[in-house]
Amino acid sequence: MDKYQYDVVVIGAGGAGLRAAIEARLAGKRTAIISKSLFGKAHTVMAEGGAAAAMGNVNSNDNWMVHYRDTMRGGKFLNNFRMAELHAKESPDRIWELETYGALFDRTRDGRISQRNFGGHEYPRLAHVGDRTGLELIRTLQQKIVSLQQEDKAQYGDYEARIRVFAETTITELMLSPEGAIAGAFGYYRESGEFVLFEAPAIVLATGGVGKSYKVTSNSWEYTGDGHALALRAGAKLINMEFLQFHPTGMVWPPSVKGILVTESVRGDGGILTNTLGERFMFKYVPDVFRKQYAETPEEADRWYTDPDNNRRPPELLPRDEVARAINSEVKAGRGTKSGGVYLDVSKRLPAEVIRKKLPSMYHQFKELADVDITKQPMEVGPTCHYVMGGIEVDADTAATSVPGLFAAGECSGGMHGSNRLGGNSLSDLLVFGKRAGEHAAAYASALDGRPKVRPSDVDAASEFALAPLSRDGGENPYTLQHELQEVMGSLVGIIRREGELQQAIIDLAALKERVQKVGATGGRRYNPGWHLALDLRNMLVVSECTAKAALERTESRGGHTREDYPKMDPQWRRINLVCGLAPSSGDVELTRQPVPTMRPDLLDLFDKSELAKYMTDEELSQS
Amino acid sequence: MRKFKVWRGDSSGGRLNDYQVEVNEGEVVLDVIHRLQATQEPDLACRWNCKAGKCGSCSMEINGMPRLACMTRMSTFEESETVTVTPLRTFPVIRDLVTDVSYNYQKARELPAFAPPADVAPGDYRMQQIDVERSQEFRKCIECFLCQNTCHVVRDHEENKREFAGPRFFIRAAELDMHPLDARGDRKEFATQQQGLGYCNITKCCTEVCPEHIKITDNAIIPMKERVVDRRYDPLVVIARKILRRDQLPTAAPAEPTLHSPPVTVMEGKAPVDFSRSAEAAGPEVGPDGHVNLNEMLSDRVAAASPFGDQTQFPLDPGDLNYYHPDKK
Ligand code: SF4
Ligand code: SF4
Ligand code: FES
Repeated sequence: MDKYQYDVVVIGAGGAGLRAAIEARLAGKRTAIISKSLFGKAHTVMAEGGAAAAMGNVNSNDNWMVHYRDTMRGGKFLNNFRMAELHAKESPDRIWELETYGALFDRTRDGRISQRNFGGHEYPRLAHVGDRTGLELIRTLQQKIVSLQQEDKAQYGDYEARIRVFAETTITELMLSPEGAIAGAFGYYRESGEFVLFEAPAIVLATGGVGKSYKVTSNSWEYTGDGHALALRAGAKLINMEFLQFHPTGMVWPPSVKGILVTESVRGDGGILTNTLGERFMFKYVPDVFRKQYAETPEEADRWYTDPDNNRRPPELLPRDEVARAINSEVKAGRGTKSGGVYLDVSKRLPAEVIRKKLPSMYHQFKELADVDITKQPMEVGPTCHYVMGGIEVDADTAATSVPGLFAAGECSGGMHGSNRLGGNSLSDLLVFGKRAGEHAAAYASALDGRPKVRPSDVDAASEFALAPLSRDGGENPYTLQHELQEVMGSLVGIIRREGELQQAIIDLAALKERVQKVGATGGRRYNPGWHLALDLRNMLVVSECTAKAALERTESRGGHTREDYPKMDPQWRRINLVCGLAPSSGDVELTRQPVPTMRPDLLDLFDKSELAKYMTDEELSQS
Repeated sequence: MRKFKVWRGDSSGGRLNDYQVEVNEGEVVLDVIHRLQATQEPDLACRWNCKAGKCGSCSMEINGMPRLACMTRMSTFEESETVTVTPLRTFPVIRDLVTDVSYNYQKARELPAFAPPADVAPGDYRMQQIDVERSQEFRKCIECFLCQNTCHVVRDHEENKREFAGPRFFIRAAELDMHPLDARGDRKEFATQQQGLGYCNITKCCTEVCPEHIKITDNAIIPMKERVVDRRYDPLVVIARKILRRDQLPTAAPAEPTLHSPPVTVMEGKAPVDFSRSAEAAGPEVGPDGHVNLNEMLSDRVAAASPFGDQTQFPLDPGDLNYYHPDKK
């Protein structure tokens, strides 16, 4: 078994992980990056729309306060206000910094970073590169890490002197010292199947989301909730796990690419949604909260594209959960296509050339995979599991969890987005909090007197657990178990939820949990995907259990959580976060309630009293 | 049911196995591989992530063509056709369809990173869309390494890998060369002298397989070659430039790799050592136990073994050293 010593170990090599690693290395710490895939393949590449930052390049009325307001509104005021504030204030700097790393965003006329409209954002705010912004972000951060390695090579003669990437390596367990602080991480190299132990006083989790527990999802195989589960087992807490974002527009045809996202900029740039009757149905679904900002007639909506100051925006630009719900209702009412979707059409408004220019990879993808020419015909789209708002509970300023030495950033952390994330806020989220996590992990490591010790017995237990599926004769097929888990989550804990179904889901998940303990894998240890999946299943299961339990508990509808039996938003529930932890004795998921932090008065003043009244209880309003 | 042949094995060898797999309408090759995993071969190794042609993980050779498995529709094959799937040939196999692509990451490291302009603060970067677009084309690269796999300079020529960075890194060099604010002015020289651009004889195979349709040869390699030639003040080219239109110019002959090692350029004020070259350190011969043989009785010469190894001949070939002579330009 290999053993390494580092000051900071970052688990996850997506945007948040890489940004954290850069910061830790800049703070002079010896840093390791653990990546489940090859370097630069992380799921961040899938983000298409852009990174939201109130730079005000396109509309100078934009500033952090407006961005903050939009974020809170999008999250239905359940957000951790401090995180939303830091995010809105710091994201422009984080974007500009990327340019010094070599990023090339699309430009405005006067040569600044161009910004585009996006659902839920009041002004054009998303820095973008065509529709491959996520790729640009990953590549830029990847290349920055290479440039740091080149500096180290010049100084020490070794590229990996101070920052090293462990590609295709999976962490299965965090190691705690006898005092309960982080001491290291244990895992295996996917290539060889050999084990590896990292001894480190500070660990940053940046493992992304949990979407692989769902059948129709935009997420890759890596999204098995590893960070969520590792944190739980180490004693940290998860919050808001009931809030999952279903992207309103994933591809529903052809079957092989079911779940691939059609970027929201298709709507931002003038795409319209119609049902099979040819009706532009979004006008029927504007909720009261948004009534004032959205157009009432197609004519007004059309005018908005050329004259946004005197017209209201088209309802296609509503926050994504509203759009997802509208599409779901249309399909349920029998006005959807055969494959269970509706039509999204850009060809009517934009000339073919502009579409190709503005949405190149979208055009490319549809042409190549479905033989659909989006410049001529509509796309068939429907809701897809996309993002988890919930995650590891962290301190807003330091990204620290309740376990000393454990930090979390990006999608696997919770609180920033409240009950619903605005498009474009995740790329800026991972930059802002990735940096903070790296910075504070480095500071934490510096402040320690000695290095916490890993207990050898923990290492033995972890390696025994990891090897168990390989030696289990007649164990269950991991692919079958994963498939059944996806069925349960997709049909019982999906976009629209009911009490009876959620209860059933919890029973089914408990049964699956028993079976997962008996999972088997054939073959050897070298690059064996069956074995890898067998080990990931445990994580997917515990995270799914959190989601199901929290979804049952929250008897209201808000953002990414829709209860058919409780369709209204309830101001009392706005004050409550549902927190998941593991019971120390049984290892079962335990749910507790915790008050949502109260917004500071100066931030509260950014909102209209009348607007707050839609979200808050009378009692809260009278106090403010 | 369709017939598939999938290569299975590892670095020690392997074979093509036959499979009968169910295929549904609208599926791609990667779906079929996944079905094989789920139903017949749970330990079949294969890389993938996005299943949308965006991450570049699922590169393999399908009926001999280097392709992304997630972007190869089954409908492009005849019903009766046997689909043969093999790992990328240019890189060493780890297991089944997974290869060791570390060569590419090594080459990426050897290429000097973006050099930010010293006097422009973050937030003050100003560039015109038209100027960034040229580099943006190359930044579309998803690092699938299909071009690297296809290029005949390294395909079946292991020995060229040391000198040759490959098309993926020529476009990276071109991207930085065309970056409006990159502070380094020697990208082309670097490409010729350190990346082995001269080995490329513009066969365009790399462009053909690029799933992002990046015009690797036309937009990156050829301009880089041309400009290197003209930078060297070839008088003919200079005159030709003055009297001919651009399209009348003769295509520049590809620069040949220089004899011995390529000359090394070193920044002013820097030590006469080029760290970005990886040169194998001359070391002593070691026995199977990893130690130098210190037994005088068995030695074929008197006195202690040379610290550089008794096999080493002096003088050393300068091409293998990191040191360069400051006087030699
Ligand atoms: S054009 Fe050059 S780089 Fe491309 S495949 Fe041919 S020799 Fe290789
Ligand atoms: S240039 Fe094209 S073929 Fe080569 S790695 Fe990039 S995307 Fe792949
Ligand atoms: S799986 Fe990402 S490119 Fe094929």
